[in-house]
Amino acid sequence: MTLAPAETGTQEVVLGAARPAPRRFSLLNLAIDVVLVLFCVVMLLPLVFLVSNAFKTPHEMLAWPPTIIPKQPIVSNFTSVLADTPLLHWIGNSLAFAALSTVCIVVTSAVAGYVFAKFKFWSLQVIFMLFLATAIIPFEIYMIPLYFQARELHILNSIWGLLLGYLVMGFGIFLIRQNVSQSIPDELLDAARIDGASEAAIFLQVVVPLLRGALAALAVLAFFQAWTAFTWPIIVATNQNNYTAEVGLALFQTSFTVDVGRLSAASTIVLVPSIVIFTFLRKNFVRGSTTSGLKE
Amino acid sequence: MLARRQWLFAIVALLPVLAIFAWVRLYPIEETLRMSLYQWDLISRHQPFIGLANFRELFGDKLFQTSLFNTTVIAFGTLVITVPVGMVVAGLVHYRMGARLAGFFETATFIPYVVPLVPAAMAWTWVFDARLGPLNAFLSIFGISPLSWLFDPVLSVVCVIVLCAWQAIGYAVLIYIVGYRSLPVAVFEAAKLDGASRLQTFWYVTVPLLRPITLYVSVVTLISGFNVYAQAYVLASDAQGAPGRQVRVLVLDMLENAFRNYRVGYAASEAVILLLIVLLLTLVQFSLLRERGAK
Repeated sequence: MTLAPAETGTQEVVLGAARPAPRRFSLLNLAIDVVLVLFCVVMLLPLVFLVSNAFKTPHEMLAWPPTIIPKQPIVSNFTSVLADTPLLHWIGNSLAFAALSTVCIVVTSAVAGYVFAKFKFWSLQVIFMLFLATAIIPFEIYMIPLYFQARELHILNSIWGLLLGYLVMGFGIFLIRQNVSQSIPDELLDAARIDGASEAAIFLQVVVPLLRGALAALAVLAFFQAWTAFTWPIIVATNQNNYTAEVGLALFQTSFTVDVGRLSAASTIVLVPSIVIFTFLRKNFVRGSTTSGLKE
Repeated sequence: MLARRQWLFAIVALLPVLAIFAWVRLYPIEETLRMSLYQWDLISRHQPFIGLANFRELFGDKLFQTSLFNTTVIAFGTLVITVPVGMVVAGLVHYRMGARLAGFFETATFIPYVVPLVPAAMAWTWVFDARLGPLNAFLSIFGISPLSWLFDPVLSVVCVIVLCAWQAIGYAVLIYIVGYRSLPVAVFEAAKLDGASRLQTFWYVTVPLLRPITLYVSVVTLISGFNVYAQAYVLASDAQGAPGRQVRVLVLDMLENAFRNYRVGYAASEAVILLLIVLLLTLVQFSLLRERGAK
């Protein structure tokens, strides 16, 4: 009986000492959350307004403060953009280009990354250093000669011309090389060799399945890279039929309309799918850009 | 025997990749270097070797000087915004890791970095619009009279910097978060035991430990800043509506020389200047990293 109050007493003391800590922490956490939410809102606000403007009447566009949710939402901006311009065709071009580029980059990176990681011949390492050295050179530096190569092949204004600039990706090769050396032990490959598997079979049946995660991350990176490409498509695709979504949109102002509502509608059509896809693939994307980026 | 079989596989597998790589990377890079020493005017068949004459001409070229100046201002302006903001925001996001909103914070900060640039630039064009834009309307609350953001020679550069930084911050946050995750916990416990405040810890422990990340982010931001093109193309049309003419950047000047003035050799020499800038930045990064490693 006499012990009981003492016990509760100590408990209270303990709790009392512990209690302020979480509360102070949660206040700090709350403050940080508020700051971060504000920051995120500011970052996203232009895009939010873009989407909202797409649904506004020309009259409401002038309202101050600008409304986030349109009072009388209209879809005529979308219908007129889709009816009057080849926007969907351009999006189709972009998708085809991005998909093809993704396939090429994933295949070339898987093969080269694996070979560079597991075949320790000095000659291969020299070649790898060459890849490494050229990977830091931005595309803009060699795109003019590349343009003339495309012209000689008569693939300007075609999807193959676009693809020419996006067949390989230096960082993709590092990403896979890194992954292979970290996650695939030599013993595993040797065991398969002892079992009589050919080198090609080892690659296709042992290595590739183990690399699924890394290849998926790379695929997302490669897709977004081509999907958002601008400079190369704008010099290669000069004929309206072969524009990508990015090029078409950029030239919208000069060739179609300067109306903010329609421009916003067209931009929204390109933007929203990218954001939705990214939100779903964020983990892959983050994984890809952090490993490939930091291993420069 | 085994080694021989492996060698054969390595070569056969690698050969197609190597061939593509040589064809779309090595050869055009070599061509850029070679063409910069020639006078190649697209229309004439004659391509004389002229040594460094292209480069000599570049340094007297007013348009090139403007482009180089604008591009440098944009690259460093973007850097000055991106690195501190990226470091602090990533620190906060990292601190709130595991919280309910953590996924939202990450997604929201990365979105500007992953969205296609042109539609995003359209959004910013509207924000900066002198007549319709919310920015001027917002500033008018504080009694600031409307500014023509996109047509003023100085302000239009600021607009391009804002757009570049808006995108670059997403990438910086991404990389810094990885950096924060790899910091050793023990150091922070020691700092806490020594009675350092949070701000002191951040300034005297976190920031120095993040130095390699900061270097990396800075160099990447600068390199992409020097390659700025789409941002200026969409945002900075001149009064006649010619895209990108308001803020002239290096890539624009280079493409104009190649495809409008048909001076391919001259354009290649501009590309070489860009390459030298990139190499210089990379060298600075490596030497600073090494210096730190030596200590």
